[in-house]
Amino acid sequence: MKIKPTLENYMFVLPAVLIFAVFYIIPFIWVFQLGLFQWDGISPTRVFVGLGNFKEILFQDKIWWQSMRQAGYITFIALTFQNALAFLLAWACAREIRLKNFYRLIFFIPPVLSEVVVGLVWQWILDGHYGLLNNWLAQLGFANLARNWLSNPETALTTVAIAHSWKGFGWGFLIFLAGLQTIPREYYEAARVDGANAWHCFKSITVPLMIPIAVLVGILTILGTMQAFVLIIAMTEGGPAYHTQVPVLRILASMRGSSRFGYACAQGITFGMILVIISFIQYRFSRQYRRI
Amino acid sequence: MRCIFVVLNFIFIFSGCASKPTAVEAPPTITVWHWMTDREPAFQKLAKDYQAQSGIKVNFELYAPSDAYSQKIRVAAQGENLPDVFGILGETRDFAAFIKAGHILDLTPYMDAHSGAWRNSLFNKALAVNEFREANSYGVSAGVYGVPLDVTTIQMLYNKDLFIELGLDPEKPPLTFKEFLEIGKKIEQADMQGLVSGWGETWMIDCLVTNYAFNVMGEDKFLATIRGEVLYTDPDWVRVFTIFKEMQESGVLAGGIVTMINKVAEQLFANNKAVFAFNGSWCVNVYKGMNPNLNYAAMLPPKVADEYPIAIWGGAGSSFMVNARSKNKEQAVEFLKWLTAEKQQAYLAEATMNLPANKESLEKIPGILLQFGDDMDLVTHPNTWGVSEFPLVIEAIDRGIQSIIIGEKTPEELAREVQEIKERELAKKR
Repeated sequence: MKIKPTLENYMFVLPAVLIFAVFYIIPFIWVFQLGLFQWDGISPTRVFVGLGNFKEILFQDKIWWQSMRQAGYITFIALTFQNALAFLLAWACAREIRLKNFYRLIFFIPPVLSEVVVGLVWQWILDGHYGLLNNWLAQLGFANLARNWLSNPETALTTVAIAHSWKGFGWGFLIFLAGLQTIPREYYEAARVDGANAWHCFKSITVPLMIPIAVLVGILTILGTMQAFVLIIAMTEGGPAYHTQVPVLRILASMRGSSRFGYACAQGITFGMILVIISFIQYRFSRQYRRI
Repeated sequence: MRCIFVVLNFIFIFSGCASKPTAVEAPPTITVWHWMTDREPAFQKLAKDYQAQSGIKVNFELYAPSDAYSQKIRVAAQGENLPDVFGILGETRDFAAFIKAGHILDLTPYMDAHSGAWRNSLFNKALAVNEFREANSYGVSAGVYGVPLDVTTIQMLYNKDLFIELGLDPEKPPLTFKEFLEIGKKIEQADMQGLVSGWGETWMIDCLVTNYAFNVMGEDKFLATIRGEVLYTDPDWVRVFTIFKEMQESGVLAGGIVTMINKVAEQLFANNKAVFAFNGSWCVNVYKGMNPNLNYAAMLPPKVADEYPIAIWGGAGSSFMVNARSKNKEQAVEFLKWLTAEKQQAYLAEATMNLPANKESLEKIPGILLQFGDDMDLVTHPNTWGVSEFPLVIEAIDRGIQSIIIGEKTPEELAREVQEIKERELAKKR
């Protein structure tokens, strides 16, 4: 008698499970399986190398780990600079200011632009000889600061990170804005009656209530930024040398540049697992924070 | 009623098995997948001409950019859905993998038919890019597996107007590396931009490294290095890497060249903002579109040593292959023969400003393009070497040259690093 309702329940989730299996689980298993082979992506035969590809990634491929560190740095800039900017702008737009709808539109333009176009525009702005930035610096009397921003190893990664933050802050802005609008006005009115000023309201009402939103934006920022590559290709092609290489570029280099499909699959799995671990840690951390 | 239904069903089923009424078979349609955006209008026109002549429809399908095209071809190969005619944008090992997987038709019998008429009409160097010789290291049976559509050479270019501004003779480009570096000093003093090229995309660095490796050590030693018989720490290789350091120190390289994409390099040169460019013969068409009044000429990379000639990368610019599994392969071969005949090649050269693969069409091309065609004897290409370097070694050299230019590594350090990678790859192969 109990079997029927249980079966019925399973039937309801079956379509979702099937879709998830077909589009996520089976490809994941397949990619993992390909990661165990040496294969050029064309030949009908593959050479089984066991965990050799994974071993090479973990213990020999210095460039892979350099690219991971660099992606981590870009993510750090995105988590701090990009999200702080997004939050501040959202906070400003959530208040009763003139032209706030216009600003909302403007701030959401960068995320909808093509990454290639954004990359090329930034490259043009940052060009060492004819770029706008160096031109402005010279006009403002800071000509000594002018440089080839993208081909200088000291500035290339930070420059790319800033361009990425500019491109991506609109998403955070939108989510923060939606979060800010859900805070009941009554809280602020009650606080003001009790004598709180704007800073007290911000510190004691806005910030605590926005923490879950900030966690969500943080997770999305980490996942999005760690996987960034189109903007980087358009701006630096991963150079100079390996200074702006990120993991997805390394996967592409293995797949297209070196025809090492098996190795690229192993890199993809390794990278995916690293992202899962980071997300899991962040999730645990946010749960603890919410309890506090 | 039920009985009638069953009988009718039988009639329908078996009528499907009956032989079709004899009808005149429609001529096949040849499908060509290509990536050449600039050549699309010319291809469409030629397809119409061919249909008018032969009655066979040719369907040119454009898939751009080239990266996406490359990916599409790979996926189609895995699913055995390749079109009748296609191109391979990759290195020799990719080409070999396609052949070994049975995707590409061996065109040798067609090339050699009628006393080799088709073969003889094409530039040898262009054909060589599509040819595998006996006992090649890829394990491919000897033969011709592709038809060159046009010819590309990658050379240096100089801006004649900027030469005059620098007080140089616009008809006398530098012949030696010393002269080249001297001009670098003048460029720096005049606050101009020197050599521009798409070195951010790295493969063009590989071209120039090869040019100078041939010049410094000769072809035999270069190929011996690829075979693992000569070390990258050899003084000749260190000399090759040092060339890039000297170029940087002399001021002959444009600022930001290490992350420059070729499109930007082309814009700078076309707009009279760079004295030199390192680019392929396709640039004639590009510069014409950007600045029809650009006053420039082609030159060979200045020689570093006298013992061996300098080589330039070149050969087939774009090639088409015939799908070995296609049921229209005979028609596809016929179409490619027609496409590479003198008249069609002359039209393509005129319409797209590319060097034709057919020797007889060369007389009808514009002057500047002819300068690129003049040096076909010096052309070399990885496809013709019979051996290929490990991709990781090539990447290490290209990225390492970038490191030398930004002052991060010395030529000796790069040589050691490349040799380490080479040894690791050789060990894996063993």
